Amino acid sequence: MKSETLATILFLSFVALTLGITFWASRQTKTAADYYAGGRSFSGVQNGLAIGGDYMSAASFLGIAGIIALSGYDGFLYSIGFLVAWLVALLLVAELMRNSGKFTMADVLAFRMSPRPVRTAAGVSTITVSIFYLLAQMVGAGALVGLLLGITSPSGKAWTIVGVGALMIVYVVFGGMKGTTWVQIVKAVLLMTGAALITILVLSHYGFNLSSLLGEAAAKSGKGANFLIPGLKYGTAAQGLAGKIDLISLGLALVLGTAGLPHILIRFYTVPTAKDARKSVLWGIGIIGVFYLLTLVLGFGAAALVGGKVIAASDKAGNTAAPLLAKAVGEIFLGSAGGTILLALIGAVAFATILAVVAGLTLASSSSFAHDLYAHVFRRGNATEREEVLVARISAFVIGAVAIGLGILAQGQNVAFLVALAFAVAASGNLPAILYSLFWKRFNTAGAVSAIYGGLVSALLLVIFSPVVSGSETALIKDAAFNWFPLSNPGIISIPLGFLFGYLGTIMSKEYNAAKYAEIEVRSLTGVGAEQATKH
Amino acid sequence: MTTKEHDASVYEDIQASAEFQDLKRRFRRWTFPMTAAFLAWYLLYVVLSGWARDFMGIKLFGNINVALVFGLLQFVSTFAIAWAYSRHAEKRFDPIADKLRHEVEEKIK
Repeated sequence: MKSETLATILFLSFVALTLGITFWASRQTKTAADYYAGGRSFSGVQNGLAIGGDYMSAASFLGIAGIIALSGYDGFLYSIGFLVAWLVALLLVAELMRNSGKFTMADVLAFRMSPRPVRTAAGVSTITVSIFYLLAQMVGAGALVGLLLGITSPSGKAWTIVGVGALMIVYVVFGGMKGTTWVQIVKAVLLMTGAALITILVLSHYGFNLSSLLGEAAAKSGKGANFLIPGLKYGTAAQGLAGKIDLISLGLALVLGTAGLPHILIRFYTVPTAKDARKSVLWGIGIIGVFYLLTLVLGFGAAALVGGKVIAASDKAGNTAAPLLAKAVGEIFLGSAGGTILLALIGAVAFATILAVVAGLTLASSSSFAHDLYAHVFRRGNATEREEVLVARISAFVIGAVAIGLGILAQGQNVAFLVALAFAVAASGNLPAILYSLFWKRFNTAGAVSAIYGGLVSALLLVIFSPVVSGSETALIKDAAFNWFPLSNPGIISIPLGFLFGYLGTIMSKEYNAAKYAEIEVRSLTGVGAEQATKH
Repeated sequence: MTTKEHDASVYEDIQASAEFQDLKRRFRRWTFPMTAAFLAWYLLYVVLSGWARDFMGIKLFGNINVALVFGLLQFVSTFAIAWAYSRHAEKRFDPIADKLRHEVEEKIK
């Protein structure tokens, strides 16, 4: 049997299983709390797995392994930033948000402020961040298709993206948060199992001696010991000081972005209490941490056993390193049939990963559209629950279609890099408003609106004028050069700007509501009046 | 449930109570310095990755160098802080929070 056929069969089995789950979940999804928050009835462990499922995206699996395989140690910087970021979410955000919010990030802000402008800003920001993130996942899907299904024509790739997008729409529209969470759980287990299997095979090939694996990766890369230290991709001698500052900027965006990602924030609402939210983040940190240790082996394993040249020839940004490694170790241990089987297996897992993450993002952005923009801004809180859920389903459909379109347009960038931009936008636009709102007594509507728009717009403008968009070989627009901003990640400028705008907006407005602050402070720390789990 | 104004004054009473202020102080006194500490520790790692590559390249055992060990220590510290937070929160925050929650829920019934 050919690898393409086997990959297709395995992938279709995953699809059949998850569609079954979605059908089951759709029959239990009746109220808004069911659709947006899975009835708040998931346990801490289940939600911890789903957090892992949401977070271990194509960026983590394909992107990081790819950067390590091509540029060595620099890929590991991503893993560390992505992991440490969870401490911000655990210590400062998860429990307090669970206690004071309902369905979306905007609930926490709207609590103490004038709801319409704040919800509008938070809705715009949620949808922008989610679309950046979606774009990255779709690029990953495109890169995989060529390798796994042997589809190389642009129209073939486009049709595959349409297929992935259509499936994701079905999960979200019918399954809501309950269906999507179970898809994440199944996917997290499959991904961990797949990554662990390949890691064990790679390590056993080197007699479980990490040093000799690293030695061979370094030797084969042609870069020697430099392959094992930072600096081949970020802050190279040729880039000078700007390159090093770019590295800091990337580091900041990674560590501060997670606690501002809408699809991660809404995960905290799926559990019954703040204590379960804490427990789920602990489980999430454990799962994600172990997974990043596995990707370290996968990346260096791909450099050693597949080689940078072969990987770059398959996908110039390295996104196919992990599946190519699966094929190589399969061949070493089980002959050519083994290579075929493992490639198909890892390919199907990677597809499942993308599908699940895309579903989570679509749910986050359509929830925000329906709950924040439609129900509270357009209808001024007069929409019925049924109407709101119907709008959420329709917007999931529309956002899914937008993601399909963008996915077809944007190919060829490294997936982890694109996700880092989404993190920068989240850290600049969302995090300042969330932290101020939870911890700063004086914070008000003007502050929240200027923090969100100020952070969001500065991040987006700096990306537009960066070498990512124009004036470099890997830019989106190669023929023009309006890249006066030298950094490829805007975080080091736009995150402080988000905080600064929030501060200035606040002190320039006289609005101050002591009673409301007392309420959110008491509620967030004690859990008084927190939304309860629905009983079926 | 009574009117919103009434609820708000209940919240302000609780907020002003010594017990709540104690909970708030305990929470902030643990989480704020810890956040500053792990961010500083992480930024030290990022800065060394940019500016101290000779140091990062020092080999410790075989091909295992300082960069790799430093990176793995970030994993260790993240796991340790997450675990310490959850232990601390269970022992030092949860009992006060639960007690206050019952009190407020009695008052706004």
